[in-house]
Amino acid sequence: MRDITLGQYFPTDSVIHRLDPRVKLILMIVFLVFTFITFNYFALGLIAASILMIVLLSKVPLKMYLKSLKVIIIIVVITSVLNLFYGTGEPIFQWHFIKVTYNGIHNAIFVCVRIVCLLLLSSALTFTTSPTDLTDALERLMKPLKVFHIKVHEIAMMMTIALRFVPTLLEETDKIMAAQKARGADMESGNFLKRIQALVPVLVPLFVSAFRRAYELATAMECRCYQGGEGRTRMKQLHIQKRDVISLIVSGLMIAGIVLCNIFLPSVR
Amino acid sequence: MSILRVENLTYTYSPSTPFEHIAVNDVSFEINKGDFIGIIGHTGSGKSTLVQMLNGLLKPTKGKIYFDGKDIWEKPKEIRKIRFNVGLVFQYPEYQLFEETVEKDIAFGPSNMGLNDEQIKERVKKAAKFVGLREELLPKSPFDLSGGEKRRAAIAGVIAMDPDILILDEPTAGLDPVGRDILLSQIDAYHRERKNTVLLVSHSMEDVASVCEKVLVMNHSQLWDFDTTDHIFSRGEELAQIGLRIPQVTSIVDALIHEGFPLKRGVLTVEEAVTEITEYLKREGRL
Repeated sequence: MRDITLGQYFPTDSVIHRLDPRVKLILMIVFLVFTFITFNYFALGLIAASILMIVLLSKVPLKMYLKSLKVIIIIVVITSVLNLFYGTGEPIFQWHFIKVTYNGIHNAIFVCVRIVCLLLLSSALTFTTSPTDLTDALERLMKPLKVFHIKVHEIAMMMTIALRFVPTLLEETDKIMAAQKARGADMESGNFLKRIQALVPVLVPLFVSAFRRAYELATAMECRCYQGGEGRTRMKQLHIQKRDVISLIVSGLMIAGIVLCNIFLPSVR
Repeated sequence: MSILRVENLTYTYSPSTPFEHIAVNDVSFEINKGDFIGIIGHTGSGKSTLVQMLNGLLKPTKGKIYFDGKDIWEKPKEIRKIRFNVGLVFQYPEYQLFEETVEKDIAFGPSNMGLNDEQIKERVKKAAKFVGLREELLPKSPFDLSGGEKRRAAIAGVIAMDPDILILDEPTAGLDPVGRDILLSQIDAYHRERKNTVLLVSHSMEDVASVCEKVLVMNHSQLWDFDTTDHIFSRGEELAQIGLRIPQVTSIVDALIHEGFPLKRGVLTVEEAVTEITEYLKREGRL
């Protein structure tokens, strides 16, 4: 249960780590949008190259990225294969109902590269940004939504707390499982229904303790006079630095290149 | 007769990763049937990992555990049977309660053993009596009990499996002084009546001194010493060096010896100290 790398913070001392989380969040969204609206090999290559550069600059071991890729490898393979066989146009290969077209091949390549890019980029963001920084950035970026009476601060606080308690609850699950196993609970054998039933002795105490923790946290927050976002000041102020401006400019150039490729070079669709 | 033999036991957490950590390192000892043994050591010395290996919850990285002369990992599929023979009560066991009634919760272990309803009922009653849980509490929800009662119910849940070896990981942590004394004396009474083997992991030297016959000391993942209680607690200065201390009354008597009074070393309880000092005063003719 401890091998979940997706969404894990990996602290190293790199340029990407030190970037303003707001800049990182915006750039990630922009790059992802372009990944999905591009139908051009040159533009796709440019995007892939930019993402690879970010991955290398993050100084996070490539092994970590590969580990998170491993989780979705099945999805990538299945969607690529489906796309390969469901292309339209003249078949270049046909066997019974299975036919492969140029269009299918293009689709398969695009889908595969897109999913991998999506995962690498989001991994790069979570590896290099601590959960608190990330929710902090989200809160600031969503501030304009206040106009629509959306409680931005409260949502961000809930996200922070949820993220904070993931490791705690995982640890608690391990402990309760061990305690029930010590009383002879059998979690490893039996059919599907039996295994679900075997989870009851783990889930009940887990929920009870989650609620207990929630009450305790609420009391602790009230003791420190927490009363929501209104008039709340911050210890850590975010300021745009030189490196943020430079990365924005470099990314802007990249995006301009991608747009130009899309306009002037031949697309597959 | 030895009931549990441990040979060169080693446990490594997250082996071959940057987070690698050896929690128990090359530990060997032998426990006799009917012994009441205390396990002490500073926080992170490997006590909890050690006891989790003894009942097969963790598989040792290296080394062997023999229960009644048989290697417990010989047939990995039958490891559950070992857990019925070596009962382990975790720290803060009240957080494992889950059934609708206290009775059903205590019955969880015995019913996993495949006993029939009558046997289970009998065992639940007996176990509840051992830990001093009043009978009218049995049909209640475990979540309605007080903290101390929950703890008792959870301990009863393991005792109901009637294990040959009972391991308790800090059973008195977080209880008030009276609650501690009562629970400890109940465990002691249980040990005397069943004549089974009990292992008590504790940070309270007073608790260990008052009930345990032998003490196993862990220090930095290794076995520091395993000897009778009075021998261990006569090494006060060495124990202080590894972050442990001796019972207060033992250190008072030690201080008196240091001042030149000819008293016996390794006094463990207040009663013992009183007899030792009155005898000395009588010998001197001052009493």
